[in-house]
Amino acid sequence: MSPTHTRIHRTRVRFLMACLTALACLGTPLIAHSATAEEIGLEIAREARALEKGFGNFKARQTMVLRNKQGQESVRQLRFRVIEIEGDGDRSMFVFDEPRDVQGTALLIHAHAEEDDDQWLYLPALKRVKRISSSNRSGSFMGSEFAYEDMGSQEVEKFTWKYLHDEPCEELTCTVSERIPTDRKSGYSRQLIWRDKDHLRPRKVEYYDRKEELLKTLTIANYQQFLDRYWYSGEMMMENHQTGKSSILKWSDYEFGTDLEPRDFLKTGLRRIR
Amino acid sequence: MPRRAALRRALYGASWILVTACAAEASAGELDLSGYINLESRGYPQSAAYADQPGNIGGIVLEPELYFQSDAGWSFTLTPFLRYDSADSNRSHTDIREACFLVYGDAGDGEWELRLGVDRVFWGVAESNHLVDIINQTDLVDHPNEEVKLGQLMAHATWAGEWGAAELFVLPHQRKRTFPGRGDRLRSSILIDQDHPSWESSAEQWNTDLAARYSRSFGIFDVGVSLFDGTSREPVFQPRLDPRDGSLSLTPHYGQIRQWGLDAQATSEAWLWKLEAIYRTGARNLLGQKEDYAGFVAGGEYTLYSFSGSNTDLGLLGEWNYDQRGERATNTYQDDLFFGTRLAFNDVQDTAVTAGVLKDMNHSSGALVVEFNRRISDQWSTSAEIFALFDVDEKDARFYPVRRDSFIEWILTYNF
Repeated sequence: MSPTHTRIHRTRVRFLMACLTALACLGTPLIAHSATAEEIGLEIAREARALEKGFGNFKARQTMVLRNKQGQESVRQLRFRVIEIEGDGDRSMFVFDEPRDVQGTALLIHAHAEEDDDQWLYLPALKRVKRISSSNRSGSFMGSEFAYEDMGSQEVEKFTWKYLHDEPCEELTCTVSERIPTDRKSGYSRQLIWRDKDHLRPRKVEYYDRKEELLKTLTIANYQQFLDRYWYSGEMMMENHQTGKSSILKWSDYEFGTDLEPRDFLKTGLRRIR
Repeated sequence: MPRRAALRRALYGASWILVTACAAEASAGELDLSGYINLESRGYPQSAAYADQPGNIGGIVLEPELYFQSDAGWSFTLTPFLRYDSADSNRSHTDIREACFLVYGDAGDGEWELRLGVDRVFWGVAESNHLVDIINQTDLVDHPNEEVKLGQLMAHATWAGEWGAAELFVLPHQRKRTFPGRGDRLRSSILIDQDHPSWESSAEQWNTDLAARYSRSFGIFDVGVSLFDGTSREPVFQPRLDPRDGSLSLTPHYGQIRQWGLDAQATSEAWLWKLEAIYRTGARNLLGQKEDYAGFVAGGEYTLYSFSGSNTDLGLLGEWNYDQRGERATNTYQDDLFFGTRLAFNDVQDTAVTAGVLKDMNHSSGALVVEFNRRISDQWSTSAEIFALFDVDEKDARFYPVRRDSFIEWILTYNF
């Protein structure tokens, strides 16, 4: 996505939002070419996605702190790397460092926009590379409150969107949209997502379970800008309202513009993981 | 033989010197130590079938891994293995699981990789039997499931890209399979004499074996084809009378074989469909005759994710093992069905339970294996296993000698 294209997107979103606000104020019936809340929601999602595209590749460290209802904590250490692939989904790899019994275990993901993702798990004790199913969308990632579907890239096509309203969020203004997962394997009936209007960065997500009850809230903080353009958060906190458990995912040591190539995400490379 | 033993010692010695040299030069790279220590306790509830067999055993296992990554791009891994067993048994043993140099680089859009030294390699997809897997020798004294392998000396070259991966193996030395001895459970009725093995090759253990494999993934499929040409890892047995005391034993004989292998998996939503097949020539059957044969293991695995609203995943597995030789087969999988379940609780402790039954279709015999795994803390974890043989048929030459050797095992692991 070129910067020009991104600018056009942004202009269109602002125009659409202005239309909607104007219409709401005037109380006039919708005319033929005016945007529906669904169109605005989709447009915001597309623009946010466009702003994320083009980062190339990066490496980062993840620390996950799992906290149960009694406040007992358990820590996971992971290394993460990802590369954008022309005309296909991203390729990414998680390498587990702690706890020590799973150290050296690695998960390789070749994401696809349309079909299911391809996933391979490397088990160092057996020297075995195992192709695993990616249909476990709603399952817990490493025993945390993050589900697999919360961890992957949030493709626009995987939801139907609806713009709701704008509201203040801390010192910024946020646009609030509802998104409904199109995948029937998703664990959610719907989600509400807050993005700040400055850079369309996600600030908060509420997840509603299949019974339409509030399940989790994700709060995203400590944004930093990389390559003068891309915003990445330093801390994501997922609270489960039904179990009282929470997980904090801290990102650190971001490295952009590394020498990573698509060949560093081949199945054979899993055997070299340390 | 002493000369070859000396050669092997020299080879391992050289590896030690190299790693020491690397350690001395740690400033030119990074040195990392990891591994585990196991405290193990195994109980055999039934009285032994043969004299000198123990009732309960305890053991300690140490498997440290020393990894050196040089700034120049190469790395070296050293993984010794030590097991001490409380019984007077063949289970107490040491091995070098890995002592391997690794270099790799770019090759067009793909990559190349070269490994030199002692290493472990796994091929295959099935759960009940690793039919295609042939590079490493089985460390049978360690566990009857044949999943524990001895280190193998090799040169292993890989070229890989979007088109798949081609691998070539040169294997200059063959390892002898380890067997339970007089003071061990899970042994044959006639003892296996590991001091008098024989080989078909005049080079004996030092025959140069070759292997190749091509594998690739496309869409839902992961497929590998392989060829192995050399010394069989699986021995046949010849009776031997001890000239001194006239006692009878079985000596392992390792023939020259060629094996074509196919392993394939289709991964479609929550289903995994698996096939491993081999065609082996030059091997001897249970009667000691040369007989070419085909064998396969085929099956599927279905997982119910977040089973009945919980966090737990329930996996259901079924596999059919078949060997064309039937009763003349040299393994336990001549016509056997396997059913299993896998429960993953997806909790902070990664609690998991797996259970499987292997049932012989031609005899009444069956085996049940139940495993339990749970993390205790960041460094401690525990596991337990029940291995039970049931309805063992007197005519079943494979299971009958071990019919009283069902066991319960508990392991405490310290990971570092």
